Amino acid sequence: MPSKSAPLSLKIAVGGGLLFLYFPFTVILLYAFTTEDSAFTFPPPGLTLKWFSVALQRQDLWQALTLSLQVATVATGLALIMGTLAAIAVYRTPFFGREAISFLLLLPIALPGIVTGIALRSAINLTGIPFSFWTVVVGHATFCIVVVYNNVVARLRRTAKSQIEASMDLGADPLQTFRYIVLPNLATALLAGGMLAFALSFDEVIVTTFTAGQQSTLPIWILSQLTRPRQRPVTNVAAVFVIVITFLPILLAHRLSQDREST
Amino acid sequence: MQNIPPASARRPGFQLRRVVNFFYHRPRGLLALLLLAPLLWFGVVYLGSLGALLIQSFFHLDDFTGQVVREFTLQTYGELLSRSNGDIILRTVGMAASVTIAAAILAFPLAYYMARHAPPRLKAALSLAILLPLWSNYLVRVYSWKLILAQEGVLSWFIRLFHLEGLLNLLLSLPSIGGTSLSVSAFGPFLAFLYLWLPYMILPMQAALERVPLSLTEASADLGGRNWATFRWVILPLGFPGVVAGSIFTFSLTLGDFIVPSILGNSSLFIGQVAYIQQGTAGNIPIAAAFTVVPMIIMTFYLIGAKRLGAFDAL
Amino acid sequence: MTEKLPAVEFVHVTRQFEAMRAVDDLSFTVDQGEFFSLLGPSGSGKTTCLRLIAGFDQPNSGSIRLLGQEAASLPPYERNVNTVFQDYALFPHMTVGENVGYSLMLKKTPKQERQKRVEEMLELVQLGGMMQRKPSQLSGGQRQRVALARALINEPQVLLLDEPLGALDLKLRQQMQMELKAIQKRVEITFIFVTHDQEEALTLSDRLAVFNRGKIEQIGVPAEVYERPATAFVADFVGVSNVVDGTLAQALIGSDRSFAIRPEKIHMTDLETPVPPDACSAVGQIQEVLYLGISTRYRVALQGGYLTVVEQNTTSAIPRSGKVQLIWQREHICPLS
Repeated sequence: MPSKSAPLSLKIAVGGGLLFLYFPFTVILLYAFTTEDSAFTFPPPGLTLKWFSVALQRQDLWQALTLSLQVATVATGLALIMGTLAAIAVYRTPFFGREAISFLLLLPIALPGIVTGIALRSAINLTGIPFSFWTVVVGHATFCIVVVYNNVVARLRRTAKSQIEASMDLGADPLQTFRYIVLPNLATALLAGGMLAFALSFDEVIVTTFTAGQQSTLPIWILSQLTRPRQRPVTNVAAVFVIVITFLPILLAHRLSQDREST
Repeated sequence: MQNIPPASARRPGFQLRRVVNFFYHRPRGLLALLLLAPLLWFGVVYLGSLGALLIQSFFHLDDFTGQVVREFTLQTYGELLSRSNGDIILRTVGMAASVTIAAAILAFPLAYYMARHAPPRLKAALSLAILLPLWSNYLVRVYSWKLILAQEGVLSWFIRLFHLEGLLNLLLSLPSIGGTSLSVSAFGPFLAFLYLWLPYMILPMQAALERVPLSLTEASADLGGRNWATFRWVILPLGFPGVVAGSIFTFSLTLGDFIVPSILGNSSLFIGQVAYIQQGTAGNIPIAAAFTVVPMIIMTFYLIGAKRLGAFDAL
Repeated sequence: MTEKLPAVEFVHVTRQFEAMRAVDDLSFTVDQGEFFSLLGPSGSGKTTCLRLIAGFDQPNSGSIRLLGQEAASLPPYERNVNTVFQDYALFPHMTVGENVGYSLMLKKTPKQERQKRVEEMLELVQLGGMMQRKPSQLSGGQRQRVALARALINEPQVLLLDEPLGALDLKLRQQMQMELKAIQKRVEITFIFVTHDQEEALTLSDRLAVFNRGKIEQIGVPAEVYERPATAFVADFVGVSNVVDGTLAQALIGSDRSFAIRPEKIHMTDLETPVPPDACSAVGQIQEVLYLGISTRYRVALQGGYLTVVEQNTTSAIPRSGKVQLIWQREHICPLS
């Protein structure tokens, strides 16, 4: 239990830490409105909304955004299926490979992204499969599965085993039990896991640089803008988009898991 | 549906029940069925790719033809240990280590405050505030530092405001880490890395500090000067597993990163960059593979050490 | 009518968990319409037995028959047996009505009939009008009733109850005991009741089985189990008993075969009181006195051991110390096997 109130020096340090974490976001937000289009002068010489309408008209930006949303949707779908299957398998039966499976699923986010990226790229090259939308999706789903898996396993652990027995006792076969008892219990965990997976996929750049061919997801688009800038403020506007699009599902996912814990 | 459906109409359901019963009596069969897809994916696609990469690090690129020679050789690893490549590895490890130390120092007040002082609601809000940057776009966060560190950017403005040019110039004149401006010196990637991975340090640290029984620090709930000894001899050793747990992330993520040093910093290379360049334009998959093996080996030893220090309990 | 088949029949059933035999070569039968209790300390195998009947677990060997039909390998959803769980296991995402109607929903019973039967069932357990509540809005006792209604609505051949009253406080517990008994009389369904509370088992059961280490020590009607315990374990576990053997047995009955005698069957008198014919007696010294309100419990030292004696507090003259005479009827001595 928190006891005494914190000394002032500690509070200042905490404030400093939070400032360090959030200051960069405010800088990006600010520069999305700057009138200057080539340098990053501070303070900006003037503010304007012009770049938002310019960004709206940039076809390449829209294509990148659409592709990112498509990839994230499909990758999340795959991750939901695979992650849930693995979670139910691991939870249902105690067997020797349990730890190994958790570890295996964790590997893609535990290893540096470049390892996964290069490994997948050279494997795709070796097998002669052309780089496409699907290679990007496979790369993303590989590290999204563990997020869903972790959420579902945690929820299954909190679901009383006797409920599953009670359902079977009342005449529901395992399939019906899954449909009427397990799935409704998992619903919010799946939603939370799915949103986190979506955010993860939507933001990914390292693995994507290796698994994409000509496809340009939004982060890849931003990366290319950073190295070969066309209109800098448009990049800033895109960055603001990205922040908003990822903050929302994360806040929602957080909400969902909080609600569950408090009941 | 008021009448009982005829037997024929109920047939499919009955068949399904037989399948269900079959698996009910064979839990291992069900297990295999459930795990089939994930295991194919991870066991074959993912581990297969990693294994193939490892194997390729034992091939080598023929300098003359520019083709990969598929024969077992240690030649590529020999190249890896050459003087210039050695420098790259050392530079990367040095960066990872300094980022880790800085992150531990910066994370401590936040973690301590959350673990010891914050009331539950504030604590929940703070942990969300720390998670949010972690989950938000990596590239955008790197980019923000390009904005902040730019020649005419926010940081220079503050430096001029407080008349700290002298200090800045002193920093920038340091050999090997200095540069013409902050964004093109080693401080650029350092600050960006520190910013990117800081949340990974705060959360396990907080978890570890929460496990320190309050009674142990009752007398020194504050970190005042007189309680320095309590901090040094009680809190620090007990919170240390959390630092180690957090450092796994800060260290590993810095080791493998290739985007931050290519956007910020001077032109000196890092492991990730070399691997990226070698597998891409140079087409030298063997040396790229060998370079990715380096962080894997370092992390393996790091993880073994971390396990000994009890860091996994803090995760 | 032909001879009634037993509701449940165990024939040489064994269930082995790694090193432990939870159920060890058990054979017993439960008749239709009986209130049958499985009584024993935790880990004695009574809950495993229940799980075997429900189908959550399968025996390693032996045969379990439900109404004469082999059921040992039937999954729980294909047995007409329902369970009231210790933690009630109500489905938190369903209302009380949906919980109770769950099995009818699975059977695709038409909605109107389902509704009607759920209402009837809730009426039976005195929860009329609670249909729309969520389990989280109910008290412990109410959840208990919902669990009972949910298990009974299917009219199972056998209703299994796994320490259903364990989580309730004493007053509620006693009230629920009476209700359970009344409901069982009304629905005429076989109840198999697992408990570690010997008083509860004696109060409720038509017959009970006393479990110890995976085996049944004794089966019988409550009075029989209480009055004539077959083994030292039963004598000790069911109520309070003097289990006598060795020197003391030699001194009291002239044989060193062990026997049991209930404390309330022994009368304590002063040394002058004449011993009736056919009765047995012994002289001892009061060692300890424990005042229990309704009665007083004494520990009396005899040659070669102690006896516990309980006297009703019908007079105010409670001897505190000194030499006393103990008298008992020969028929109250239960030889133990």
